[in-house]
Amino acid sequence: MSDAKKFMYINRKAPYGTVYAWESLEVVLIGAAFEQDVSLAFVDDGVYQLMKGQDTTEVGIKNFSPTYSALGDYEVNKIYIEKESLEARGLTLDDLQHLVWEDEDEDWAEKDSIRVVTSAELAELFEEQDVVLSF
Amino acid sequence: MSTLHTVNKSAYERDTLEACVRLAAKGGSVLLIEDGVYSAMSGGSKSSIIENAKGDLNFYVLGPDVKARGIDESRLVDGVKVVDYKGFVELTVENDKVSAWL
Repeated sequence: MSDAKKFMYINRKAPYGTVYAWESLEVVLIGAAFEQDVSLAFVDDGVYQLMKGQDTTEVGIKNFSPTYSALGDYEVNKIYIEKESLEARGLTLDDLQHLVWEDEDEDWAEKDSIRVVTSAELAELFEEQDVVLSF
Repeated sequence: MSTLHTVNKSAYERDTLEACVRLAAKGGSVLLIEDGVYSAMSGGSKSSIIENAKGDLNFYVLGPDVKARGIDESRLVDGVKVVDYKGFVELTVENDKVSAWL
């Protein structure tokens, strides 16, 4: 699609303390529905959004973390995690959900959506975008 | 006199926990709630705030907030105690006052 723009959503907030994470996810899904070229970056406390095993039953807030696994079905398969943010929090990729997408050009082969990148690599990715939205 | 301090923001995003620990009197209690619970995870660059202060202050995390965020209790800094909502109430009763750091 020739009029598709490159959208980058930067997520910097932990999931439940504020509404930013959930709002971002909603906007991402809307952008994807309009067939834009969508990328997501998780930096600073935003990396906590993808933690495995979230269970909000005792806090009375909707657990929206399973929604991230639907991103692949919306062809949102460029999910960047800042290495420095992960390491500063004592986290590794194993602490995060395993997000995948299916590549229709390769007989629906399942591929990883998450890429761990350095701050310098992220800076370059931001430069390539038409639109950058920060949450 | 004893004080229960509550902190509801991540130490990676705000300096609230650092201010609380710096200004809390010895023997006081600090209860981490909401995004404050992230500061109690071990192995991070901010884990040292609690590591260094746990000799002088008692640290607690609110269990439902820990669970909501997918943090396994085995990942908490040694000595941090997990309380439920009932435990939160008990802490407020046991202490003379509550100081909510924002």
